[in-house]
Amino acid sequence: MATKGSYHDQSDDKAANEGRRKFLKQSSLLTALAVAPTHLVKAAESEIDEKAAAYFEQVPLSIEVNGAHHKLSVEPRVTLLDLLREQLALSGTKKGCDHGQCGACTVHVNGKRVLSCMSLAVMQEGKKVTTIEGLADGDRLHPMQEAFIKHDGFQCGYCTPGQIMSGIACIREGHANSEDEIREYMSGNICRCGAYPNIVKAIADVKKGGQQL
Amino acid sequence: MINFDYLRVSTPKAAIEALSRDSNAQWIAGGTNLIDLMKKGVMAPQKLIDISNLPLKEIKKEGGKIHIGAMALNSDVAENELIQKEQPLLCLALKAGASQQLRNMATVGGNMMQRTRCPYFYNTDLPCNKRQPGSGCGALKGFNRMHAIFGASDKCIAVHPSDMCIALVALDAVVLVNGPKGDRRIPFSDFHRLPGETPQKDNTLDRGELIIGLEIPDNPYKKNVHYLKVRDRSSYAFALVSVAAALDLQGNSINDVRLAMGGVAHKPWRLSEAEAFLKGKNASEPVFREAAQLAMRGAKGYGQNNFKLKLAPNTIVEALKTAAAKS
Repeated sequence: MATKGSYHDQSDDKAANEGRRKFLKQSSLLTALAVAPTHLVKAAESEIDEKAAAYFEQVPLSIEVNGAHHKLSVEPRVTLLDLLREQLALSGTKKGCDHGQCGACTVHVNGKRVLSCMSLAVMQEGKKVTTIEGLADGDRLHPMQEAFIKHDGFQCGYCTPGQIMSGIACIREGHANSEDEIREYMSGNICRCGAYPNIVKAIADVKKGGQQL
Repeated sequence: MINFDYLRVSTPKAAIEALSRDSNAQWIAGGTNLIDLMKKGVMAPQKLIDISNLPLKEIKKEGGKIHIGAMALNSDVAENELIQKEQPLLCLALKAGASQQLRNMATVGGNMMQRTRCPYFYNTDLPCNKRQPGSGCGALKGFNRMHAIFGASDKCIAVHPSDMCIALVALDAVVLVNGPKGDRRIPFSDFHRLPGETPQKDNTLDRGELIIGLEIPDNPYKKNVHYLKVRDRSSYAFALVSVAAALDLQGNSINDVRLAMGGVAHKPWRLSEAEAFLKGKNASEPVFREAAQLAMRGAKGYGQNNFKLKLAPNTIVEALKTAAAKS
C-alpha cells in the first residue's frame, strides 16, 4: 500500500473540499434569493452576504458552543442546526431529514440530547451546546468515539455524529442497562446502513467500562 | 421557512397579552411540531412568542392531586419519581411517544396542542379541510391506513396523534387554562373535540387561552396498568392503535377500571361503556373480550384502515390481560 502522502495529496483534497463547501453555501443562498422579493435580489447581486443579512430582522444571541462563547446575530427562522453548520462552521452535526425524524442532527443542549433541526437558534439564548466536535480532547478521542471505531459502529458514517451524541446521553440518563433498553432509547437515531448491532455493542461496551462521560 | 418576528415572554400574563395584540402571532414552547409544520408551509405565523421560559415546570402533589406545569418536559414527567409512583400509566404512555431527543424538547402543554400527522394535512398540494376549510378531505377515499374508525365525519377522518393524552383522558385529568376572559378548568375528555363540520378546530380552547397546567386526581391505579401501542416498528412511530388500561383489582374482581384508546379518533377515545361493563366482574380473557366488543360499537372503517376493526379489540384485550397480570 502506498504511503499516505504519495497515495493522496491531502492538502489538495482539503482545498477541494473547502471549494465545494463554499460553492454549496453560495448556491443555496442564491436559491433562497430566487424566492425573495426582487428589490432584495437586486440589492444582493452586488454584495450577497451583507445586503441579504441586513434585509431580515436579526436577533442578538449569546450562546456557548463546545466551551466557546459566541455573541451572534441571527434571523428568528434559523435553526440551531443551520447556525452550527453555516455560521459557526461546525459541519460535524449532520442534516438528515431536517424534520425531526432521523436523529442525525442530535446535539446536547445544557447536557440534554435534543434535535438541533427542530430547535430555533434564538430560543437557545444563554444555553450551552455540545456537538460532536466538542467531544475529543485534542487527539484523544472520547470513549464513545473509540468504541464506535472498535465495534465498527457505522458504514457510511452520516448518522454517526448523531448516534455518538445520543449514545453518550443514553448512558448518562441511565438508559443503557441492557441491549433492549439501549435499542429503545436509541430509536430516535436512524441508521440507513443498518449498523444497529454494532452501535448497540459500542454503547454497551462504554457503559460496561464505567468511564466518566 | 418564511421569516417571522420573535418575542420572548416570562409570565403567563405577558404571553396572553402579547398574543391578543397580534392576530397572526402564535406561541411556541418545545417547537417539535410547530417548526416542522412551518418548514412544510402548513402553518405560517408572522410572529412567534416564545413561552418556553414561563415558570410552569413544576411537578408536585397538593391537596391529594398531582399538578404538572404546562412547560414541564415530556422526559421530566416520564422520569419523575412522584409520577412513577402515583401515576405509572402516564409514564408508560409518555415513554411510548416519540424519541428521547423529542421528549427532552416537547412540553406537556405542547403535546396536547400537537396537530394530526395525516399526510393530507401535511401536504399543501393536497385537499384537507383541517388545513384549508372547504378544500375537501383527501383521506376519505384516499390513503387512510392510519385514520379514524370512531367519531369521524365526511369532512375529516384524521386521528389525534398523542400517547400522553390517551393516559390523561383515562386518568380523568383536568386542564388548567388562563385566558383574556379569566381562568377555566376543562375536563380532559372535553379538551379535544371531534371534527364534525369544523375539523380545523382540534380542541375547545378559545384564541388567547393558555394552558398553564394539568391536575390529576388521586386514584388507585398504581400497579395494574399498561399502555400497549401497536405500530409499524417497535419504537419511534405513531400508533396504529394504542390502549391505556388501568385496573383496580380486589383479588380477581374488578373494583374499578379505566380504558382509553389512541390512533382511532380525532380525540383521545375513552371507552366508558366497556368500563361500565367490566366493573364488578372477574378479570378474565372472555370478560375482556366481551368488553372489547362493546367498545367497538359504532366503529367504521374507510378501506385501508379496516384492519383496525380487528386490531383495536385485540389490543384492548391484550392491554387488559397485561395490566391484570402485573404484580
